[in-house]
Amino acid sequence: MAISTTAGHAPHEHGKPTGLWRWLAATNHKDIGSMYLWFSFTMFLSGGVMALCIRAELFQPGLQFFQPELFNQLTTLHGLVMVFGAIMPAFTGLANWLLPLMIGAPDMAFARMNNWSFWLLPPAALLLLISFFVPGGAAAAGWTLYAPLATQMGMGMDLTIFAIHILGVSSIMGSINIIVTILNLRAPGMTMMKMPMFAWASLITAYLIIAVMPVLAGVVTMVLTDRHFGTHFFNAAGGGDPVMYQHIFWFFGHPEVYIMALPAFGIVSHIIPTFSRKPLFGYTSMVYATSSIAVLSFMVWAHHMFTTGMPATAQLFFMYATMLIAVPTGVKVFNWIGTMWQGAMSFETPMLFAVGFVCLFTVGGLSGVTLSVAAVDIQLQDTYYVVAHFHYVLVAGALFSLFAAIYYWFPKMTGKMYSEPLGKFHFWWSMIWFNVTFFPMHFLGLAGMPRRIPDYALQFTDFNRIASIGAFCFGLGQLIFLYNMLRSIRHGQAAPHKPWEGAETLEWQIPTPAPYHSFVEAPHVEAGDNGVIHSMTGGAHH
Amino acid sequence: MSGKRILLSMLGGVGTVYAADFTFQPPVTPVARQIYDLHSLLLLITVTIFIVVFGVMFYAILRHRKSLGHRARPFHENTTVEIIWTVIPFLILVGMAWPATRAVLAQKSTRAEDMTIKITGFQWKWRYDYLDDGVGFVSHLATPTEALHSASAKGTHYLLEVDEPLVVPTGKKVRLLLTANDVIHSWWVPSLGVKQDAIPGFVRDAWFLVDKPGVYRGQCAELCGKDHGFMPIVVDARTPEDYALWLAARKKLAAASADDPNKVWALADLKARGEKVFQQNCVACHQANGKGIPGAFPALDGSPIATKDKPAHIDIVLNGSKRNPAMAAWGKQLSDTDIAAVITYERNAWGNHTGDVVQPKDIKAARGGKA
Repeated sequence: MAISTTAGHAPHEHGKPTGLWRWLAATNHKDIGSMYLWFSFTMFLSGGVMALCIRAELFQPGLQFFQPELFNQLTTLHGLVMVFGAIMPAFTGLANWLLPLMIGAPDMAFARMNNWSFWLLPPAALLLLISFFVPGGAAAAGWTLYAPLATQMGMGMDLTIFAIHILGVSSIMGSINIIVTILNLRAPGMTMMKMPMFAWASLITAYLIIAVMPVLAGVVTMVLTDRHFGTHFFNAAGGGDPVMYQHIFWFFGHPEVYIMALPAFGIVSHIIPTFSRKPLFGYTSMVYATSSIAVLSFMVWAHHMFTTGMPATAQLFFMYATMLIAVPTGVKVFNWIGTMWQGAMSFETPMLFAVGFVCLFTVGGLSGVTLSVAAVDIQLQDTYYVVAHFHYVLVAGALFSLFAAIYYWFPKMTGKMYSEPLGKFHFWWSMIWFNVTFFPMHFLGLAGMPRRIPDYALQFTDFNRIASIGAFCFGLGQLIFLYNMLRSIRHGQAAPHKPWEGAETLEWQIPTPAPYHSFVEAPHVEAGDNGVIHSMTGGAHH
Repeated sequence: MSGKRILLSMLGGVGTVYAADFTFQPPVTPVARQIYDLHSLLLLITVTIFIVVFGVMFYAILRHRKSLGHRARPFHENTTVEIIWTVIPFLILVGMAWPATRAVLAQKSTRAEDMTIKITGFQWKWRYDYLDDGVGFVSHLATPTEALHSASAKGTHYLLEVDEPLVVPTGKKVRLLLTANDVIHSWWVPSLGVKQDAIPGFVRDAWFLVDKPGVYRGQCAELCGKDHGFMPIVVDARTPEDYALWLAARKKLAAASADDPNKVWALADLKARGEKVFQQNCVACHQANGKGIPGAFPALDGSPIATKDKPAHIDIVLNGSKRNPAMAAWGKQLSDTDIAAVITYERNAWGNHTGDVVQPKDIKAARGGKA
């Protein structure tokens, strides 16, 4: 259905378009997926450069490179670019590439809307990046854009608000596509409770996005009208309430955390079974755990606001609800370990990143349990402890899982093998320097260093130096990844049909590289849990 | 720090990092001690969980390898095990929730206070008002700007020192009422176990009871704009006797330095006073040289308002800017004399040689309709 038939052309005559037009007018899910992935990697590098500017300034006490106002712009844009430009589009890109292959669909359900969802991203990213050069500079209120500070900024804030609107439209359209594709285009035999975990995670994530992106769009629009049209949503003098901004923002913001984490859970639930040569342990409980994390994520937002001075009963409710999230998250970690137990494991690069993910994500989860205790959070809120916590979840969580995914599906996407030694080097390098960068930040936060400050008291010097050295090494290491990808796409060895012995989902049943038009006829599959294919008939490709 | 020292501290060498750096600052209030103990308990629980869970995983990684000839056993569910590993974490959480709840309730019990201090956050300083004694003052960063830009000359309490600390008695329950003038700030002193947002237009409360005389330092914890990193908090806890002496002296000082609002000032005196007011309040944005920061904060040196239109100058200082919300309404913060002085200074400093003198009574008149 998504392969359109123009008059006089049967679908199979429809070749691969060439030149710039192939990309501008792309409707093929693989082309669009690739564009998403390259876009997000570009944004990852831009956000990374901002992070290195921050770490350079914090290498020693005093103001060396940046004035405080520019420093605040860097921390703000680093957050926005990484969240909305790097991580979210990367997962949407992977979903685009892989979902049709995993469920036996010919393409995404709305191929033309898919083009529009992608092409909204570059202008939005451009708005964010050029805002550094407008009078007053970029937004400097932190990625959370708290009012009333956000009403004080120059036009950089308006550009940011507009960029968020566009990014929101893009991710909502991408999510509609994912939901409709999964619900309607599954091949006969691929029932919901047989579907692979990545499809489940993408489905649930898409629902979360549709539920909360409009909330974010609404709250930044309220800031916009407070700034320019005389409203007082967040101004007490006009009857508004600054804390209301935080309630609305975090009602978006906490599910957002899971928007960036659930697809990672899905990816890891493919890779660990493959390299353990064993089925995923507890598939059904994985599906239920993912769903209950998604539901709980709507009930915990105010744990970001324990220092705003909520009444004791509200503190206690949000503390208990937050602690509760540890239960389904724990189930997932135990299931992954249960999958590895008594397996026949091998440790190619995707598996290394997946195991690294499980370890470090759990460190972030355990510091999250510590933070959930409202009384302790009072000391740690807005300190480097929180910075450490969410980088464990987002860098070692989302980013490591993305690396795992790219290495894992690279042969299927390109028909080439990446360099295994370089991949392993990339893993160990990232693993070591990630921890050197972020582990000391726990100590900084405990000792009393607030986040978002351009300069600090002398007792924080040592750990800041270590973190800065770690950050620069970590950042440089990502060029190894880029080199490995570029070199392997051109000169890599041809990938075998099924490069991983234990890979059993549908995308590994088709030729390598994946044909430009795969599954133009739906296959009939007999599938087990987690999309493991027992047998497949039919399913033509071009 | 030399390269060798960096290496040492990276290896966990004790030469550079001392034990206190790895955890909270020493607590000096019952609440801070409760938080400290609670965190120690949580650390113990989470580290134990990590070791047990990942002990199992690393055992599997070491033994259940294909390269060792291990054959996969394709089991994929076990209801008993799954129930156990859902229930055990739940019970651990219930165990943690008990002391956690007690700590939350203790933090929130602000009743039966011995004295009350109102704290107001400004961009970028704190104002303290002792509501029972009628004493109030503003506390600014005391670290000189030069220390920020030079590698040398950073004192022990770099960025954590103020011109006038908050002085409190030990052994008394001090209730804090917090609010802010412009954006959200957060008043945080780690040793006291207090972090409470100061929200413009609303009043929140918090409390502490210091049991040991000493000087405790903290800073603003909520991003509040350009100089968020430069609005420290210093609490000087003294014995009730020393506190009473300080309070009496502070009251005398306030009476002595109170300005006569009808006094007529000479240009030189007013300009000298105005320079001090400018240094404390205006310099962060408009800069010591009056040039501002292009694109963000306008220059005063040579600006039409500061050289020509005197009523507009008085209006913008008193009531803030309608176009640029970063310009605060100083009428709420400064006395008539201070505002008259700073306007006089701005009209006669740098390249501005207007010779204008603005007297406190002009400010009083300008406030007239709006106060």
